Amino acid sequence: MLKIENLHVSYGGIEALHGISLQVNEGEMVALLGANGAGKSTTLMSIMRLPPPEAPRVTAGSITYRGVDLLPVAPHIVVAKHGIGLVPEGRRVFGNLTVFENLKLATYARKDMVQVSKDYERVFSLFPRLADRRNQRVETLSGGEQQMLATGRAFMCGARFILLDEPSMGLAPLLMQELFKVLKEINRSGTTIFVVEQNANIALKYAHRAYLMEAGYIVKEGTAKDMANKEEMKKAYLG
Amino acid sequence: MRHYLSLIVYLAICLLIIVIFQQNWLNAYIQIVMMFIGINIMLSSSLNLINGYMGEFSCGHAGFMAVGAYTASLLNMGLFTTSSIFGRSLFIGPQYSVFLFPVTLIIAGFCAALVGLLVAVPSFRTRGDYLAIITLAVNYIVKSSIENIQEIGGARGFMGMRQVVNAMNNVINIPWLMIWILAFAGTSIIALKRFVGSTYGKGVIAIRDDEIAAEIMSVNTQRVKLIAFMLSSGIAGIAGGLFAHVIGYINPGTFTIMKSTEIMVMVYLGGMGSLSGSVLSAVLFTVMLEFLRPLQLFKWVLIPLLLIILMLFRPEGLMGNRELSDVFPGLRRFFPSKEY
Repeated sequence: MLKIENLHVSYGGIEALHGISLQVNEGEMVALLGANGAGKSTTLMSIMRLPPPEAPRVTAGSITYRGVDLLPVAPHIVVAKHGIGLVPEGRRVFGNLTVFENLKLATYARKDMVQVSKDYERVFSLFPRLADRRNQRVETLSGGEQQMLATGRAFMCGARFILLDEPSMGLAPLLMQELFKVLKEINRSGTTIFVVEQNANIALKYAHRAYLMEAGYIVKEGTAKDMANKEEMKKAYLG
Repeated sequence: MRHYLSLIVYLAICLLIIVIFQQNWLNAYIQIVMMFIGINIMLSSSLNLINGYMGEFSCGHAGFMAVGAYTASLLNMGLFTTSSIFGRSLFIGPQYSVFLFPVTLIIAGFCAALVGLLVAVPSFRTRGDYLAIITLAVNYIVKSSIENIQEIGGARGFMGMRQVVNAMNNVINIPWLMIWILAFAGTSIIALKRFVGSTYGKGVIAIRDDEIAAEIMSVNTQRVKLIAFMLSSGIAGIAGGLFAHVIGYINPGTFTIMKSTEIMVMVYLGGMGSLSGSVLSAVLFTVMLEFLRPLQLFKWVLIPLLLIILMLFRPEGLMGNRELSDVFPGLRRFFPSKEY
């Protein structure tokens, strides 16, 4: 479904990805693992086509999604037309607005109102805590609840392919488990998920396949089970 | 019926004001102050869209006002009056000014909106302080350009807009200028209120909070910015056109950073992101300026001082980001409530 080939991107004059290739198939849950600065978030931002300076510039390679070249596409089109949703690093929810307003904003470009109201129900059943706090200002939510909201928001964009950037960041271990369980549930009902994660343990527990990045290269790939059993993975990332 | 209650109340007030003007129950000075209030309401509420709702810092609003003022004045003078600068009236006769005056104002608004592009396009790539500098530059570009076009009076400016107003009065003798100010101020407030409450308005607020997040929520940030800047500068242009006709004389010196600052003060006094705050502060500020007139130049010491005190003790302005209907829930029945 998503295919990245030989992707080179750079920030200003500095190259951050030195030709990575990866593939995510329909219905999969794929994890992208790696240490800080390996280029995981950069990969996601390239897929979303976010403009510089925050995001990198693609210098070579290709990103295709369902056969369409994504490179010349604007970010809001990536979301609205191609149905790729991003849960950004640090959540970036709208703190001034209520939970419901945040979710409503995500339906900005959607016209299929019947499906939208179904999606609201789905989000609230996946995250009952958001339903309890639907009229609460998002600033007053805990980190875990904000992460749930950010995930629900990507879902409300009508995304059939969700990219998550470090969803476990700053969450208590119990909440992490809870979040990944919900992600797995979303995945089971047909949404493809591509998750960038530092916490290899939890990502490998739930994902089907995984890629490992180091310093702008993909150094390993395989099924989650294989990856978890590799000696050097255990040493470096699983502890 | 309930839906239109606020509109009906507004129209009733307009009618009352027009009758008062018609009967000359108030002296000319108070009449002019009331006209300025209407114009300032348009200016402050349109700037509030950019500075309050969108969170940018535009400090060149007077530039757009100047474009509108000059376009409307030139069109009206050229079309309807015979004067030394513009020669004979181009149009069939001054009596047509009754119908075409609002048209020239709308054209003036369009021209100002086009100049608004000068700010809107850079805003795709810059924001915050850098965009503020750009708005300032646009203000100066407009002012200096006008100063250097001798055909329209250059730095001396030109006068004669009274003739247009008189031409309208010759057809039917009612207070035309106040009627158009009321009409355009009302329309702008309704347009802004509806824009802010629309899907686009949600996009504007999303851009204020987090542009990247807005973009990944499928908000076309460039389009939203373009529309917001053009709407805001367009309304400022119309206000400028009305302003020129109230004063009857314009020169580039009127539309400097001082004027921009005045508008900004009104926005911050009223509260960012509150339309009713902008209306309220435009009224208060205009009246305050008139009351302080006996102090002459010292008024420009006292007013900034008041601003400092305001920022110290009530930095969110009179209303914060609330509307009048949030503060007095009883007013809700005049305004249709928000639907989610």
